[in-house]
Amino acid sequence: MRLIELSPPGKRVITGTMLFTAEDIIRFAKQFDPQPFHVDAEAARNYVFGSLCASGWHTCAGWMKMFMEYWTAEMKRLSQEGIRPPQLGPSAGFKTLQWMKPVYVGDNITYSVELIESRPVVSRPGTWINITSNDGVNQHGEVVMRYEGTVLEFG
Amino acid sequence: MVKARYYYEDFSEGLSLPLASRQVTAEEIVTFASEFDPQPMHLSEEAGRASILGGLSASGWHTASLFMRMMYDGWLHEAASEGSPGIDFMEWKKPVLAGDTLSGRSTVAASRLLRSRPGIGLVRFLHEVENQKGILVMRGENPIMIRRRPDLEAGA
Repeated sequence: MRLIELSPPGKRVITGTMLFTAEDIIRFAKQFDPQPFHVDAEAARNYVFGSLCASGWHTCAGWMKMFMEYWTAEMKRLSQEGIRPPQLGPSAGFKTLQWMKPVYVGDNITYSVELIESRPVVSRPGTWINITSNDGVNQHGEVVMRYEGTVLEFG
Repeated sequence: MVKARYYYEDFSEGLSLPLASRQVTAEEIVTFASEFDPQPMHLSEEAGRASILGGLSASGWHTASLFMRMMYDGWLHEAASEGSPGIDFMEWKKPVLAGDTLSGRSTVAASRLLRSRPGIGLVRFLHEVENQKGILVMRGENPIMIRRRPDLEAGA
């Protein structure tokens, strides 16, 4: 089946919730984004964000992690029902990624995805490009992250 | 006030700053993917070769995160950065494969002072990352919040 049949535009799917601990925030940032406000709680007070917060790339990687947990379970469920799951491939990138609010220590971010549009790839018959709207919302109901993702789908 | 080498005023349009280059190992590709993006082509050479990516390839989010570190090591650690509100676009143009050596640059596209946050400006960068063959693998544009030079800020 196609993704658009499984998850038509207008249907937002909650994929999962991820807790951002100080330990995880610092571990990710030490590796990829060691700016003081991502690795040092004391130093973070002297910056605009005000206290230790996750690298934006960590917030994004969290979206992917929760999507993969959801998608792996969904593929298994469909297969068990005798349905061929949508064949998703790689992504060529994304647009308009907004980090609206910092993700602070102890925040629980609930991630979601909604298909916006599915269009055929002219140069590759039997292939579609899916445009999705991807969100992360904290425990106060504030959107902390939003972007427009793309993912290839094979027929 | 935290001291830095580069402040808002130093980022004039057209200025190009090199990213630190780095090699991407199979091990780190698999480690990142296992935690955040466990798709077969990011987990094994064999599955990578069977995919349209042609080999064990980094998750796009791993490439983005590696770019972040290359930018930090290249110039951001010396800049009065206050973080970023987002990314206008990012293109993963070619797969980043195990063993690739990445390099690149950030080029200032525009800058303006923020009315909402005195003492801080928004500098817009075009970022480009290439592999060892000179092939562009990632491209993106984003604004970064950067503090004004402290002595100038006082008179602003």
